[in-house]
Amino acid sequence: MKVCDLVEKLNLTVFCGEQGINNEVEGAYTSDLLSDVMGNVDEGQVWITLQTHRNIMAIASLKEVAAIILVKGYKPEQAAIDQSNEEGIPILGTDMETFEASGVLFTLLNEEKGKYGAF
Amino acid sequence: MKEFRADLHIHTVLSPCGSLEMSPEVIIEEALSKKLDIIGIADHNSTRQSEVIRKLGEKFGIVVLCGAEVNTREDVHCLAFFESPGQLKEFQNYLDEHLPVVHNKAELFGDQVWVDDKGNILGEEERLLIVGLDQSIDEVAEKVDSMNGIFIPAHIDRPRNSINSQLGFLSPDLKVSGIEISRVANYQDVVIRYPWVCNYSIITNSDAHTPEDIGVAYTTYLLEEPSINEIKKALNNEDGRRIINVSLKR
Repeated sequence: MKVCDLVEKLNLTVFCGEQGINNEVEGAYTSDLLSDVMGNVDEGQVWITLQTHRNIMAIASLKEVAAIILVKGYKPEQAAIDQSNEEGIPILGTDMETFEASGVLFTLLNEEKGKYGAF
Repeated sequence: MKEFRADLHIHTVLSPCGSLEMSPEVIIEEALSKKLDIIGIADHNSTRQSEVIRKLGEKFGIVVLCGAEVNTREDVHCLAFFESPGQLKEFQNYLDEHLPVVHNKAELFGDQVWVDDKGNILGEEERLLIVGLDQSIDEVAEKVDSMNGIFIPAHIDRPRNSINSQLGFLSPDLKVSGIEISRVANYQDVVIRYPWVCNYSIITNSDAHTPEDIGVAYTTYLLEEPSINEIKKALNNEDGRRIINVSLKR
């Protein structure tokens, strides 16, 4: 599954970093503590958070995440937008709350895995 | 120039988590007995107790920096201090404007009153002060900088409410005057774990919530005189003013 498939299926807003819209999605991670994300998110995962600070892009870039999804209608701060466009890591948005966004994404990714007999 | 001892992170009765013993009188008495020259009053998201303590400190030869421990939108705690009563007032207006309205339940979080120099209650804050402002750390830093204040991310080594825990690291673009390590920090460990701290002046303070904790950790500065401007210079390593030593809790 690609980031653009998520955008379509979850009806996400694309704020920035559109060059990365075809990034492959390997899974997802949900957390708002950036220290925790730094230690635990894996390359190619989508990261769900409510943090909008520019530091999210630094962590996303360091860990090579596929995309960031901001929940609850949050919008990224300008410095985060600029870096997202430079790095080609999309920042996406949804009005869903974290619980719901994570649940929907979990289901979607599992269905996808099921299709190819991953489990 | 002379050496001056400063503990710039002291809570008062006004902080919900601050002991009700933390009156202006007790704080100044403790500061004297701990041989501190300068103290900083930093209640959560409020400056309302600090002026009374500054005036009392003047009588006893303790220099008091007035400010607050701001909680940003990201739940990062930062110390902010200001030079003049006018600036302090302006910053209090900013805090009032940006503190979300969540009513305090004193039985859960503690009382939030401020008092005069005799300990008589002057007022009570009804909004819970430990809630994060609706302002990002960048916005708060900018506000403090625009008012020539001191801005210091607090206890950066702590696993909660620190720049490290909440935001992963300190962005080099953020204008800070220095950083604070907690009183129980291991200096060498902090430097190894967070190498970026070496780009900043590092201080420590007690973060006292009770009288006995005042001065258990402090920083020694080389200054011309004990004042906020001299502290600012020392944090910037200007004109020979500098930090001599951080004394962590033994």
